[in-house]
Amino acid sequence: MFENLDALLLARVQFAFTVSFHFFFPAFSIGLASYLAVLEGLWLKTGKSVYLDLFKYWLKIFAIAFAMGVVSGIVMSYQFGTNWSVFSDKAGPVIGPLMAYEVLTAFFLEAGFLGVMLFGMNKVGKKLHFAATLMVALGTFVSAFWILSVNSWMQTPTGYEIGANGQFLPGPSWWDIVFNPSFPYRLVHTVMAAYLTTAFVVGAVGAWHLLKDRANPHARKMFSMAMWMAAIVTPAQIFAGDMHGLNTLEHQPAKVMAMEGHFQSHPEGAPLILFGIPDSEAKTVRYAIEIPKASSLILKHDLNAPLAGLDTIPDDEEPPVGVVFWSFRIMVGIGFAMLGIGLWSLWGRLRGTLYDMPWLHRAALLMGPSGFAAVLAGWITTEVGRQPFVIYGVLRTADAASPLDAPAVAASLLAFILVYFTVFGIGVWYILKLMGKAPHPGEYGVKRGDVGPIRTAGITPGPTQNPGGEDTLPTHASDEKEPV
Amino acid sequence: MDLTVVWAFIIAFAVFAYVVMDGFDLGIGILFPTFKAGRERDRAMNSIAPVWDGNETWLVLGGGGLFAAFPLAYAVILPATYPLIIAMLLGLVFRGVAFEYRWRDPAHQAFWDRAFTGGSLVAALAQGMTLGALLQGIEVEGRAYAGSWWDWLTPYTLLTGLGTVAGYALLGSTWLIWKLDGEEQAHARKLAIRWGAATIVLMGAVSLYNITLNADYAARWLSAPEVYWVAPVPILTAIVALSMLRAILKDRNSKPFWLGIALFFLGMSGLGVTIWPYAVPESVTIWEAAAPYRSQAFMLVGVALTLPLIIAYTAWAYWVFRGKVADEGYH
Repeated sequence: MFENLDALLLARVQFAFTVSFHFFFPAFSIGLASYLAVLEGLWLKTGKSVYLDLFKYWLKIFAIAFAMGVVSGIVMSYQFGTNWSVFSDKAGPVIGPLMAYEVLTAFFLEAGFLGVMLFGMNKVGKKLHFAATLMVALGTFVSAFWILSVNSWMQTPTGYEIGANGQFLPGPSWWDIVFNPSFPYRLVHTVMAAYLTTAFVVGAVGAWHLLKDRANPHARKMFSMAMWMAAIVTPAQIFAGDMHGLNTLEHQPAKVMAMEGHFQSHPEGAPLILFGIPDSEAKTVRYAIEIPKASSLILKHDLNAPLAGLDTIPDDEEPPVGVVFWSFRIMVGIGFAMLGIGLWSLWGRLRGTLYDMPWLHRAALLMGPSGFAAVLAGWITTEVGRQPFVIYGVLRTADAASPLDAPAVAASLLAFILVYFTVFGIGVWYILKLMGKAPHPGEYGVKRGDVGPIRTAGITPGPTQNPGGEDTLPTHASDEKEPV
Repeated sequence: MDLTVVWAFIIAFAVFAYVVMDGFDLGIGILFPTFKAGRERDRAMNSIAPVWDGNETWLVLGGGGLFAAFPLAYAVILPATYPLIIAMLLGLVFRGVAFEYRWRDPAHQAFWDRAFTGGSLVAALAQGMTLGALLQGIEVEGRAYAGSWWDWLTPYTLLTGLGTVAGYALLGSTWLIWKLDGEEQAHARKLAIRWGAATIVLMGAVSLYNITLNADYAARWLSAPEVYWVAPVPILTAIVALSMLRAILKDRNSKPFWLGIALFFLGMSGLGVTIWPYAVPESVTIWEAAAPYRSQAFMLVGVALTLPLIIAYTAWAYWVFRGKVADEGYH
């Protein structure tokens, strides 16, 4: 399968594969952890059982997604050393501490409180349980903070010195390293992307159950909450994305040239190429459909502002234009489709028909996975746009890989592909099965098995997903005072 | 005391915490097939379901900490043990998802139970062999690994791999003695005796083999005056090992588990004595591998602020789920 590829390319494919797969899970669980905290908080505040039911409904899904995120994340923490040992040796003194902080302030927080969040409500009481949920949600955010700081430093490295042994060494200020120029923009843009990803998944599940029963109060509640997110966060996200783009133009102009498909410089206003087929050999975009001077307007807020093109960048420092050009358009296209859903839902809400618009529900259902596609496309844009460097401008990807034989990397890549598609494919299927069941009053929480010999013998019919099982978080919708 | 030494102890602590905490999780995975499907297995798994994730995080701290504090060691050891690390990671994938999947899909519970065991076994074996590969020495040229990708496979690493499997099974069975009762506890006791004996024999074998690996190791353990400093380690190990076997036989509840941990602590102390002051034995010392002072100091602030908190809330989570595993799981 991989006979003709060299070890470097295989290592790149392996990293791209494992990190892309991994990214799906935190993109979902960052948003979902916060959603769970909101649901539990609303339940504690209002006492309405619909929030508790939704909390338990999504908690089961969270448990599976989180487990997949953990096991695929551990792989990432070792990929740096196994496949990118030269990078690890050189950049370890600068980015290693940030990753250590991620473990200390985020991973332990999430993992330490996850057990209580999943299984502990009866043991610790409502308030302490809510605190545990908040800690898990906080942990997911803090994790994003540190790892995006690392990623941003690789894009816009600042605050370092080069040591005599070729290592990147921290300068006098860690602030300059952590808060490097692209970090604040990337953090806001990525965390909002995670929230939108979750919102569109929740919206799709709500829409699916509304299409089957538009009176289902649980489906109504989650659909409504998701559509508020779509209507409010999408415009903010488009604005944040624009700011992030301007920041990239300042610090990584070659990436923006590739995103825009600008092979040539435009001294008197650059056109916005909507679509076309970039041809890196001929250094032109074929069949381009473009709006004159619009790119200068967006990037420089001036129709006639000059914009440099890839002709100002040495050929061996250009990113692959085709991939960056297309992935950027996919991300932006999805963003505007999300905005459309948000506006459509606002219109329905104003008319009072939010739950009686099957076409909106169908569209929201179709958009369920859109956040994942947008996150992945955005990730590809920024990572491929950084090439041929692993640390922008200072360390080439080709000079960063481990001294491994191609067969070793090929074998491990094949193993990752087989295991990830099987294991995570099955996990996604379990999640879809859970989503396919309508949320209902007295929803079960995360369940853990038997209730003694009689029922495990199968005499008492139990819920199908866990025969003989009893819920870990029993609830009685009619009586809110029941200890839960 | 310079920060490099402090960091060597912090990494050693993280590795020790990982080995004993995920050790009993992985041990339960290894022993899983000896429990009957249904109530017995459910209880065994429920005894670790709320804590396994936190336990595994110490592995990330060990790896991430090594990357941050000793980047050169991280950059040399991981390529040298590449297939082992990949196998461990994939084993942990199967083991980790099995915690959730086995409850979600009763029709395939038997399959996920096997994945739980297989994943745990592969991870334990790979971890033990990685340790062996490190101890037997790694070929380094300049700042990179210079050997081939099968150097890690030797009779010695197989021995350390088996020793780790046995040790984890011992920890798992003593944890189950503590958390279970009735017939299941009696079963765990039988397992603990068997795996305890196996662990002691394999620890002894690895220790003797160590001395033959190179002259430095031998000198450290056998020549005066070093021997007076290090002699307490094997003597204490023998005392702890015997007390542990006695506690298992004497119907003790939590004592076998704590003595099992003490046994691991002594074993790791022995390893520390053996390789000190190298990060990669015989080629890279901890000072050669260390990150610069600024990196060490910045991280030390974080460790000083967070580690006490981490230990506190981890202890709280264990406390919440204290006592015997109830028949009905965690209610």
